[in-house]
Amino acid sequence: MQILTRSIPLFITAVAGIVMILSAFFPYTSDWGKFAGQFFNILAAFAFVLGGGNLLKLHLKKISDQRPGWAYSGVVLVCFIVTLFVGLLKIGAYPNPTYPSVHFGGETQGSGSMFWWFYEYAFKPLTSTMFAMLAFYVASAAFRAFRAKNFEAILLLGTAFVVLLGRTFAGVLATGWIPPDSAFSGLRLENLSVYVMQVFNTAGTRAIMIGIALGIASTSMKILLGIDRSFLGSGD
Amino acid sequence: MSSSASEPMTPAQRAIWAIVCLSILVIVVVRSFIGDGMGRVYVEPKPMDFVAEVTTSTENASESTTSWKQVSTVEFDAYVSANGYTNTISWTEYDQVPPRAYFAQEAAGGGSIVLSWPRTIGLWLAAFFTLAIFSFLYRDNPFYKFAESVVVGVSAGYWMVVGFWDTIVPNLLQRLMPVFSKDYLTPGMELPPGGFDPTNLVFLIPLVLGIMLVGRLLPKCGWLSLWPLAFIVGTMAGLRMVGYIESDILSQTKETVIPLYVQGENTSSNFMMIWSTIWASLAQILLVIGVLACLVYFFFSVEHKGAVGKTARVGIWYLMITFGAAFGFTVMGRIALLAARVEFLFDDWMWLIDPMQQREFISASVGLLF
Amino acid sequence: MIRMLENLDRRWIFLAMALCVSVPILVIGLTGVTFPETPTPLAEAFFDEVDRAGEANGRRANVLIALDYDPASAGELSPMSLSLVNQCAQKGHRMYFISLWPVGPQMIEESIDKVIKRFYPDLVYGQDYVNLGFKAGSEQVIKVMGIDLTTEFRTDVEGTMLSQIPMMEGITSLEDFDLIAEISAGYPGSKEWVLYAATQYDIPLVSGMTGVQAPQNYPYYPTQLKGLLGAIKGAAEYEFIVNDYVREARVRSILAANGIDEETSLGLSKQLDQISTWTTSAEAASMSPAAKAELIDVATGATPGEFLEGQRRMGPQLFAHLLMVLLIILGNLVFFAQRRRGGSA
Repeated sequence: MQILTRSIPLFITAVAGIVMILSAFFPYTSDWGKFAGQFFNILAAFAFVLGGGNLLKLHLKKISDQRPGWAYSGVVLVCFIVTLFVGLLKIGAYPNPTYPSVHFGGETQGSGSMFWWFYEYAFKPLTSTMFAMLAFYVASAAFRAFRAKNFEAILLLGTAFVVLLGRTFAGVLATGWIPPDSAFSGLRLENLSVYVMQVFNTAGTRAIMIGIALGIASTSMKILLGIDRSFLGSGD
Repeated sequence: MSSSASEPMTPAQRAIWAIVCLSILVIVVVRSFIGDGMGRVYVEPKPMDFVAEVTTSTENASESTTSWKQVSTVEFDAYVSANGYTNTISWTEYDQVPPRAYFAQEAAGGGSIVLSWPRTIGLWLAAFFTLAIFSFLYRDNPFYKFAESVVVGVSAGYWMVVGFWDTIVPNLLQRLMPVFSKDYLTPGMELPPGGFDPTNLVFLIPLVLGIMLVGRLLPKCGWLSLWPLAFIVGTMAGLRMVGYIESDILSQTKETVIPLYVQGENTSSNFMMIWSTIWASLAQILLVIGVLACLVYFFFSVEHKGAVGKTARVGIWYLMITFGAAFGFTVMGRIALLAARVEFLFDDWMWLIDPMQQREFISASVGLLF
Repeated sequence: MIRMLENLDRRWIFLAMALCVSVPILVIGLTGVTFPETPTPLAEAFFDEVDRAGEANGRRANVLIALDYDPASAGELSPMSLSLVNQCAQKGHRMYFISLWPVGPQMIEESIDKVIKRFYPDLVYGQDYVNLGFKAGSEQVIKVMGIDLTTEFRTDVEGTMLSQIPMMEGITSLEDFDLIAEISAGYPGSKEWVLYAATQYDIPLVSGMTGVQAPQNYPYYPTQLKGLLGAIKGAAEYEFIVNDYVREARVRSILAANGIDEETSLGLSKQLDQISTWTTSAEAASMSPAAKAELIDVATGATPGEFLEGQRRMGPQLFAHLLMVLLIILGNLVFFAQRRRGGSA
C-alpha cells in the first residue's frame, strides 16, 4: 500500500514537475509540456465533477441526518440537480443551424436555453449581489476598525484618504484650485494618488511580490524533490 | 462599543426601519401602476425551419447523404402541406428586444414582438433574489438562507456543466471517441483519417486519472485520488517555479535596477524643467529605497536592531502606504459592484431610470414623478 | 453625540451607504449628467497599446481578448470590456475571445451582443471576431496556448473546428497575436497572463482589473504590463478616451467618404463642436444634406448608454467614498473620545 499511496504519487509529482520545467528550457521537450498541460486541464474539468459530487454527498448526509437547516440542503440539491440536468441535456438550447438534426450540437450557454435562464435569473443576480454586500461591510469596518493609533496607522489612513478622494471627482473639487501647470500640480489629489500608486505602492508590492515568488519557488522545489509531502495527507 | 446587528433595537428605531421597508414597497407598487408599468421582458420570435435534402451517390444508389437546408416560413409551410412533417426540423428562437420596440409596434398597430413570460418571471425572480440577499443586512432570515442555498446549488451545477461541455467533450471525448462525438455531440468536428487517430490513445491517461480523482467520492477509495493529485501538484509546481522566478524575481529585480536621475518632461521653463526633474528622480530614488527597505523588513534571519531595524521601519512605512492604497482600491471595487446591483433594480426591474434608452416611451412619464 | 456614535447600530451605516449609492444613480439616470474624467497615464497607455497593435507587423492586428471574470465583478469590469471591444471593432482589429473562467463565455456573449451586434453589425463572425469560449485549467491553459493553441481550443463555442474558421488561419500559438488584452477578476487573471504569456513570450499585454487586484499589479507596469485599468475609475477613464476616439474616427470616415481632404478632416475631428457651423461653409458644399446630417449626428449626438456605464458609476462612487472618509473620521472621533476617558478602544 505504501507504494501506491506514497512512492508512486511522489514519482508522478517529480516526473510531471520536471517535464514542465524542461519544457520551458528546451524546445524539443515543449511537446511534453504541452501534453502535461492538456492532461492537467482535463483533470481540472474532472475537478468540477468532484466538486459537484462532494456537494451532493455532503448535503445528502445533512438531509439523512436531519441536521438543523436540512431543508436548505434540499434546496441546494434540487437546484444543483436541475441545473445539471438542463445543462448536460441542453434542454431548450437552440441547435446549431448548420447541423440542425444534432440536438447536442448547439451552444451550451447560448441565450434562450433553460441553462441560460438559470444563469441569467439565478446565478447572475445571486453571485453579484453577494459580492455587492461587501460594500456595506467595508463601510461598517471603516467606522469600527480604522484607528489612527500610531504613525504607521496614520500613514495607512492618509493613503486611503488620498486614494479614496483622488480617484473620484472629490479630488478635483478639493484641490482643483492648484493650477495644473504649476510647480505644485503634483499636490492635486488626483496626481498625488497616481504618485502614491506608482512609487510607494509599487515599491511595497514589489517587495511582497519578490518575497512570495521566493517562497513559491522554494516550496515547488521541495515538492518536486519529495521533501514537502503534505499534499499526500498525514501518515508520513 | 456596540457592534452586533442582532442587538435589540428601540421602538423608535424599529419604526424607522418599518418606514424604510414600507417606502420601498410603496414605490414598487405605485411604480407598477404608473405609465407603462415595470419589469417586463419582450422578445421577437424567429422561426428556424429546415427541410432535408437527400443526395444519392452517383456511384452507389444505396448510399445517400442527408443535408439540411434552412427555408423561409412560407417555403416551409408549402413543403409541409405537400410532404408532411417528415424530413423537417423546426424550432423558434426568441431574441430579446428593448421594450421601446414593443411600444413602437403597439403604436404602429401590431407586429410579432410579444411579452416573454419565462423571462419576465425570471426578471422578477432575479429582483427577489437580489432583495433576499440584501435582506441579510437587516438580519439573517429564511429568504436569505433560501437564496444562499440556491446560489450554492446552481453554481456547482453550472461549473460541472461548463466543465463537461467546454473541456471534457472537445478535449477528451473528441479525441477518444471521435465518431460518437461527431454523430451526437459536436457535429462540426472533423474526423481524423480512418475515423480514429491512434496517437490520441495517450489521452487515456487523463481519463484514467480523472476517474481516479472522482473515485475520492467512494468510501475507502480515497487513496485513488492521490495519483491525479500528485500529477496536479507536480505540474503546477514545475510551471510556477519557472514562471515566478522569471517574472517576479528576475524581471522585478531588473525593474528595480533603474537610473536614479531622470530628466523631467516639463520644459515650459528652466525652473519647471529642474522641478520636474527633481520630482521624477525622487520617484525613482524613493522606489528603490522602498523595495530595499521592505525586503530588509522581510529578512527575519537578522535581528531588526540598529541600522537594520531603522531600515526595516522605513519598510513598514512603505508597507502601510501599500495597504492603505489596497484598502482604497478595494473600497472602490466593492462600491462599483453595489452600484451595478442598484442599477439593475432601478433600470431593468423598476423602470425608474433608462440609461440604455431601452424604453424611450416611458422615460418622460417617469421623469414627471420627480 | 459621541455616546450615540459609540452605540451606533451598523444598520444605520448600511442605510447611509445604500442612500449614497442609490440616490446618485437615480439622479444620474434621470438627468444623464456624469462627472468629467481626466485620463491618467495608465489608461492612456492601455488605449495607445490597443491602438497601435499590429502596426509593427504592418497588418490588421490579431488581438486575443481574455475576459476572465464573472457577474460578481461585472459591475467594475464590464464597462472595460465594452470599451475594449468598441475600440478594437472601430480600429478594425481581429478579435479572438477566450475565457479562463467558467462563466466567462457569458461575459463574452454579452460584450458581443452589446457592442458588435448592435454597433458594428457589418463585422462577420469567423472573419472579424471569434468566440473560443472557456477552458478549464487556469494558467496551464495559457501554458498550452503558448506551445500550441489549436490543441487546447479545438473548436469555437458553436462547435465549429478552428480549421473551418477563416480568421484562425496562421494562428497556432500565443506568439501569433499582436496583443493580449485581458480583463481580470482574480485567479486566474492578469497575474497569470503576465507570468506565463507576457514575460515568457514577450507578447504585449494590457489588462483591466478589479480594485482588489490593481495595486498588486502596479509593479508590472510598464514592462510586463503595457497598460493597466484599475477598478471603476480606470474603466471610466478608458471609456472616456475610447468614446472620444470612436467619435473622431467616425467623423473622419464620413468626411473621407465625402471627399474631404485629410488635413481638414483631422482639424475638424479635434473640434467636434465646430462641425455644425462648418457644414454651412463652402468647404462642405460637396456633401449631400443627408451626409451633413449624419456628420452632425455622429459629431454631436449622445453617446450610447452602453459606453457610459463606467462614467455613470463614478457618481455613486464619489458619494460613497465621501461617506467612507466621513465614517473613518467619525470612528476616530469616537476612538479618541474613549481614549481621553481612559476607556478601551
